[in-house]
Amino acid sequence: MNKRRWAPFKFLLIPVILYAIWVIAPIFYTIFLSFTQWDGLTAPTFIGIGNFVDLFNDPIFYTALFNNIKWLLVYVLVPLPLGLAFAMFFNRSLPGVKIFKTAIYLPLTLSFVVLSQIWTWIYQPKYGAINVTLEAIGLGNLTVAWLSNSDIVTYSLIVVGCWPQTAYTMVLFLAGLQNVPTEVMEAAKVDGANRWQRFWKVILPLLKPATIIAVAVTIIQSLRMFAIVNVMTRGGPFRSSEVLANYMYVEGFKNYSMGYASALAVILFLIILLFVSVYLYQIFKTEVEY
Amino acid sequence: MSKRRVLWIGSFYLIAIVISLLWLFPLFIAGTTAFKSMNEIVQNIYWWNLPDEFTFQYFAEAWNQGGMSRYFLNSFIITVPSVVGALFLSALGGFALAKYRFKYNKLILGIFIAGNMIPFQMMMFPVFEISNVLGLYDTYLAVILFHVSFQMGFCIFFLRNFIRTIPTDLLDAARVDGSSEFRIFLQIVLPLTKPALAALGILEFTWIWNDYLWGLVLLASDNLRPVTVGLVSLQGEYLSKWNIISAGSLIAAAVPLIVFLVFQRYFIQGLMMGASK
Repeated sequence: MNKRRWAPFKFLLIPVILYAIWVIAPIFYTIFLSFTQWDGLTAPTFIGIGNFVDLFNDPIFYTALFNNIKWLLVYVLVPLPLGLAFAMFFNRSLPGVKIFKTAIYLPLTLSFVVLSQIWTWIYQPKYGAINVTLEAIGLGNLTVAWLSNSDIVTYSLIVVGCWPQTAYTMVLFLAGLQNVPTEVMEAAKVDGANRWQRFWKVILPLLKPATIIAVAVTIIQSLRMFAIVNVMTRGGPFRSSEVLANYMYVEGFKNYSMGYASALAVILFLIILLFVSVYLYQIFKTEVEY
Repeated sequence: MSKRRVLWIGSFYLIAIVISLLWLFPLFIAGTTAFKSMNEIVQNIYWWNLPDEFTFQYFAEAWNQGGMSRYFLNSFIITVPSVVGALFLSALGGFALAKYRFKYNKLILGIFIAGNMIPFQMMMFPVFEISNVLGLYDTYLAVILFHVSFQMGFCIFFLRNFIRTIPTDLLDAARVDGSSEFRIFLQIVLPLTKPALAALGILEFTWIWNDYLWGLVLLASDNLRPVTVGLVSLQGEYLSKWNIISAGSLIAAAVPLIVFLVFQRYFIQGLMMGASK
């Protein structure tokens, strides 16, 4: 009996130690660093809220924050409904549907770096597929330098992210649809509800848990986006496509102001925390019950 | 079948085909560009034209001169131990949290889940610093240790939920027979957890293989870089050589793509279980 009492602690020992060192402690250390000036080499010096004061007077910070909000809005407005539409459309048992689903899922397996390389080529102003197609169908006046026009560059980047994100939300909604009992659907049909009514009145309410998770995951993904920006534009031209995660990386590893970068991390953390708590609440409410 | 139904099914397939083709058009572009010479790309600008000849010359150049072969190998060296380590430790931890009652059970579980939700950029500078202090910076081990640790957040949550569905009677029966707790884990729990481990393993393999940030932050030497970071240096080296960059992208994508196509069921199951449970 005694052995059995200690067993869980033995099993958890290595996982907890590793997690404490590489995940939990760094989170607190970053919070500490955000109150210091640190070049990453010498010892950090405490400067109070100096970094945060600087931050609120930093135009690049506002650009990055504003761009993150653009990412968030487009992510919620496009991949989320589109993923739901795809899930509804492909959720049927006809032969060959699996192949279509596979096709839609594919971008999910690609690294953001691979996506970025492919899309950089597609966006190429002269020989890239988009401008070539626009010229070919007589819309030559719509051609733009997709990645060097500071007004649209962020949207060009968001499109790249929407591609796998739509597939991801589709998976989440398909998982949710599996929990919609067929009897409910049949009953609604018998009651004479049409397709549209069935969707709004029967399916959507039953998809609520899936929707909450999909919304939270989508928001978190949009806020922590790093790779697409870092690979495709490095935040340029003239910092116009900067986002918080990349700005943080640049400040820390290129400009060696890790204290300032940590302050950026803390701000990003607080914004995400807000959304994560909603998500965690949902998980705990539904699953972790003894 | 009624005429209406035939028409309806026919239009479903038509729309589904159009959507799928549009959806995969970026991959089509990468696929054809990788076979075209730069001359062909610049002179015959229409992407819907198939390559004049199918030559693997540009794949070979990306693979050999471009260094993709080295990066490719590095990705395996980093990914395989990371996945195995994360799965084994998480199964152990997940078992402890699923099948034993003790005081801080829920708190520990909560910490693992919460840590997994934190934007990983939050750990960027401290992890860099810890790796430096431990003398691990610029070694595979630095990246592997971080992946194992960070991924445990998701894996423990995932496996704990799965292991909870294993009947406790089975474990008790083994206890009566005098098995130690660790033996019970190895001989009963682990085999029964196989389906969850498969789903999770496929998912983790793809995620870790596709990681970019940690390879970038924790490795400095070119010859240690994983395929994602390597692809970015390939782009720098072969600026505007779209055929070679496309070939390199396809090389970087090949392994997760094949893994996905072969194990799609597990991959999607993993995503669904991870999200809804």
